[in-house]
Amino acid sequence: MNWIAALGRATLGLLAAIGRVAMFFGTAVTHLLWPPFYPRELALSLLNIGWLSLPVVGLTAIFTGGALALQIYAGGARFNAEAVVPQIVAIGMVRELGPVLVGLMIAARVTSSIAAEIATMKVTEQIDALVTLSTHPMKYLTVPRVLAATLVVPLLVAVGDVIGIFGGYAVATGTLGFNAAAYIQNTVDFLQMRDITSSLVKGAVFGCIAALMGCYFGMNSGRGAQGVGRATKGSVEAAAVLILAANFVLTGVFFSV
Amino acid sequence: MITLDNIHKSFGDNHVLRGVDLHVARGTSMVIIGGSGTGKSITIKTILGLVAPETGTITVDGQDVSKTGDRDAFLARFGMLFQGAALFDSLPVWQNVAFRLLRGSLARPKAEAHEIAIEKLRRVGLTPDVADRLPAELSGGMQKRVGLARAIAAEPEIIFFDEPTTGLDPIMAGVINDLIREIVTEMGATTMTITHDMTSVRTIADNVAMLHGGKIRWTGPVSDIDAATDPYVDQFIHGRAEGPIETVR
Repeated sequence: MNWIAALGRATLGLLAAIGRVAMFFGTAVTHLLWPPFYPRELALSLLNIGWLSLPVVGLTAIFTGGALALQIYAGGARFNAEAVVPQIVAIGMVRELGPVLVGLMIAARVTSSIAAEIATMKVTEQIDALVTLSTHPMKYLTVPRVLAATLVVPLLVAVGDVIGIFGGYAVATGTLGFNAAAYIQNTVDFLQMRDITSSLVKGAVFGCIAALMGCYFGMNSGRGAQGVGRATKGSVEAAAVLILAANFVLTGVFFSV
Repeated sequence: MITLDNIHKSFGDNHVLRGVDLHVARGTSMVIIGGSGTGKSITIKTILGLVAPETGTITVDGQDVSKTGDRDAFLARFGMLFQGAALFDSLPVWQNVAFRLLRGSLARPKAEAHEIAIEKLRRVGLTPDVADRLPAELSGGMQKRVGLARAIAAEPEIIFFDEPTTGLDPIMAGVINDLIREIVTEMGATTMTITHDMTSVRTIADNVAMLHGGKIRWTGPVSDIDAATDPYVDQFIHGRAEGPIETVR
């Protein structure tokens, strides 16, 4: 019977954690709606999360798009379907790989950075200092980061989609013998508005999850260097799992027949 | 002005505060002494609302701090120097000093806030060229001074100093002690300082309270501390290993 008790404890722990994150998110939304607002913090977050993530997003997307083209060509050759490379690269990048890979890269780059920064601020009493200076940490630290990530990650996903498709195009036209104009025409013709919408919505949700997890784990970190390390590790794990889970749900919402 | 009545606070099984009673009169400098981990910092944090006490009441000018409606206005009355200075890494020194003056109810135009920050930096013995540096570029002593400048920037009525000389060399510690005493005298502020440095106590304090076992064991004017008959106070101020205070905690 011990395993039943352990299962029960684990379930209760999980539900409590979900509840705490939900309350944290709710509080952040409440603070988003009421002044004071911190536009400078928002601008800095947009720069850090958006602009400075472009290199890693671009490199991830171009290699993924190129590899995808090679795989589809090789797989398609088994049943004489090599010609579908442009269409499958486009749909694969826009619907799935673009948003998921950008989301995971943001979790690695941004979630960890936010969690480590806020956890260090907590350990060094900077969060307490904010409170004594009449500044709500939720409003000053969490809201700008979550809002910025929600706004800017869809743009990163769009950039990642385009670069990924370009990666496939470069490989297909450079080494697989595809006609450049036909490749582009096939890509454009095949993509639907629903594909693009799902990609951008996924980007917004993944961005929100990534920043929220960074802030949540940072604000709730333990003491000392070990506390900062645990917060950082936990934030990335939670963000990655939640992004993949949200991707499954959103794919179901957009594409289940 | 500040009254703590029967304050209790626990962290899990660790019952840190077990009924703290303390009164700090307006315009006086109260120094709380006591060993590490006796709850000195927690006592100050309960007044500011950073830590919620389980039982007891804290009043400032007769008003219960747990029932202050306008938190911004309440906190605007306080300044605090944290133990590690707690400067914001991402902001240059002058924006750290002028943080309160750049936002909230005490917000001023940026140029005016900058001017005040420079003036406060001068007041703590730092030159204006420090203003545009980041905190990480400063030594520990300079960071403490910046923290002190931030604590006094909005000229608060009440200032808390949490171990202001910890980690500093004796000369810099002396400089900080003198600065605190001068600032307190010229501003007429009510202050509470936490320290285990007896030099600080003798320089800064009007009154001293000793916290031990979660309670105030002794309180009185600094001039009486050497004549105190309490064995805990006697052991502490003379730094003796033998006595009622356990050295293994």
